[in-house]
Amino acid sequence: MKAGDFKEIVITSLIKVCGYSAIIFVGMIFVFLIKEGSPALVRVSLENFLQLRWYPIEDYFGILPLIGGSLVVTVGAAIFSIPLGLTSAVYIAEVTPRWVREILKPLVEILGGLPSVMLGFIGILVIIPALRQALNLPTGLTAFAGSLILGGMAIPTIVSVSEDALDAVPKTYREAALAMGATRWQTIWRVTLPAAKSGVLTAVMLGVGRAIGETMTVMMVTGNAAVFPTGLGSLFRPVRTMTATIAAEMGEVASGSTHYHVLFFIGIVLFLISLTVNLIAASVVFRQRKRAERILS
Amino acid sequence: MATGNNFSAMMGKRVDASFSQRRKWMQRLGFTALTLATLATVIPILLIIIHIFSNGLPGVSWQFLVEFPRDGMRAGGILPAIMGTLWLTLGTAVFSVPLGIGAAIYLSEYASENRWTRAIRIAIINLAGIPSIVYGLFGLGLFVIFLRLGTSIIAGSLTLAIMTLPIIISTTEEALRAVPNSFRVVSISLGGTRWQTIRRVVLPQALPGILTGVVLGLERAAGETAPILFTVAAFYLPRLPTSVFDATMALPYHLFVISTQVPGMPIRIQYGTAVVLLTFVLLMNITATVIRSWARARRQW
Repeated sequence: MKAGDFKEIVITSLIKVCGYSAIIFVGMIFVFLIKEGSPALVRVSLENFLQLRWYPIEDYFGILPLIGGSLVVTVGAAIFSIPLGLTSAVYIAEVTPRWVREILKPLVEILGGLPSVMLGFIGILVIIPALRQALNLPTGLTAFAGSLILGGMAIPTIVSVSEDALDAVPKTYREAALAMGATRWQTIWRVTLPAAKSGVLTAVMLGVGRAIGETMTVMMVTGNAAVFPTGLGSLFRPVRTMTATIAAEMGEVASGSTHYHVLFFIGIVLFLISLTVNLIAASVVFRQRKRAERILS
Repeated sequence: MATGNNFSAMMGKRVDASFSQRRKWMQRLGFTALTLATLATVIPILLIIIHIFSNGLPGVSWQFLVEFPRDGMRAGGILPAIMGTLWLTLGTAVFSVPLGIGAAIYLSEYASENRWTRAIRIAIINLAGIPSIVYGLFGLGLFVIFLRLGTSIIAGSLTLAIMTLPIIISTTEEALRAVPNSFRVVSISLGGTRWQTIRRVVLPQALPGILTGVVLGLERAAGETAPILFTVAAFYLPRLPTSVFDATMALPYHLFVISTQVPGMPIRIQYGTAVVLLTFVLLMNITATVIRSWARARRQW
């Protein structure tokens, strides 16, 4: 019996360590980014960071063009993916019969599982030439191409999270609306969607968050020119994102050089952006759960 | 709420025929628009898969799968990349599966809903959202440089394992929570300890759900490029790794290299590599779907 007790204690504490591992890893990631990235703040002056040239070989470390590039591509991706993702989610959750849903959901999940490098590959060989011809551009490698493909990558997240949210709206809500004489169309827009609002918002945030952090696709299709985007026209010119900069340059810098630390500093910026997005998304989820608990009790 | 007012104004009278006609027409129009938008989402997915298979399958032969690349990757096969991805997927599983299942067991079976558990959940959500390239930086900083593992299979696997952890934890926890509480009550009332209950009752019941989650997590790891860029991937290494401390080629990185970095690359080899990667990923995806539907069909509760 003694041996059994001992085993139980050992296993329980092992499982507890596993449980806390997620916190440990997030902490370690942050610590290592700070450790490698903070020297950049000492070695590079603030003015240098905030000017408009990214040319590391001559010690120009303006990160604004990179942040701007990430923003342009992400906003473009959001414009594509939010309407398409939400309408698909509504269609799958509210309109189609069950058997169609059983086909559509796995299909969208497959899109979510496609490696980003493969979508970049399709982008280079199919989408870029098509865009260049259709829009009569000097090069198809533009922010627009990145937005198009990143939008596609954000869609699975948006669809599956908001579909779950719509699915979680109690059936009685819909029945009440229909009993009052509303059509199914009216029920969707006036009852179901507003009831699932916070879940849908979470879906959009997580989807767009994924687009900001995407690396390989943007590196392959956006042309990688570090030019500060100005106005709508920059959507049709090459841009360079923060993620692509790290991916393209980290392989070639000497460990411990200023350039190396600056790339880690960009990593910190990316980490903080994703932390903010996810903390807000998480707080929405927790608030929703609390409200659900209040209603149920 | 204009329609609502109209509607109440008409209460008591005969419902206006043209009004209800208009609402029906509106619904039909709306549903058509939704259908079209969904088709616009789904059809490109099918087109991508068909495009890759139809362009790539002619280039795939047995030689392509089992030979080493020759002539600066412009000829021969992609064996080292295939083996590298297999090794990396396996290495990722070794680290992330026990850790992820352990964490899920803690969250589902041990933890009470307090501030610390909430912190763990927030940490998991954050891990899931961190950009893959930041994992690459972290892997470089911790495993390659600080722990002096060098660019090696073990450094890459550890990096990918941490990245897949949130997927495995959340799907496993869901599977564990789906096991009805009565199962646990019976086991405890028969004198089983907590761990015995988990080991003999809860885990076997949740196994299909756990497997689905593990396969989906590993699918993501197998297809990722950014985290392995600086931790393991070799540009061109025409031999097989001999230990976990070797660098290796990997399918996704290889596809990146031959589609952007090598001029004059035959298109046949590019599409062939894409087909092999796609098959790898789709097989895992289908496996997960099959396990899930099989388990749903034979579930007793």
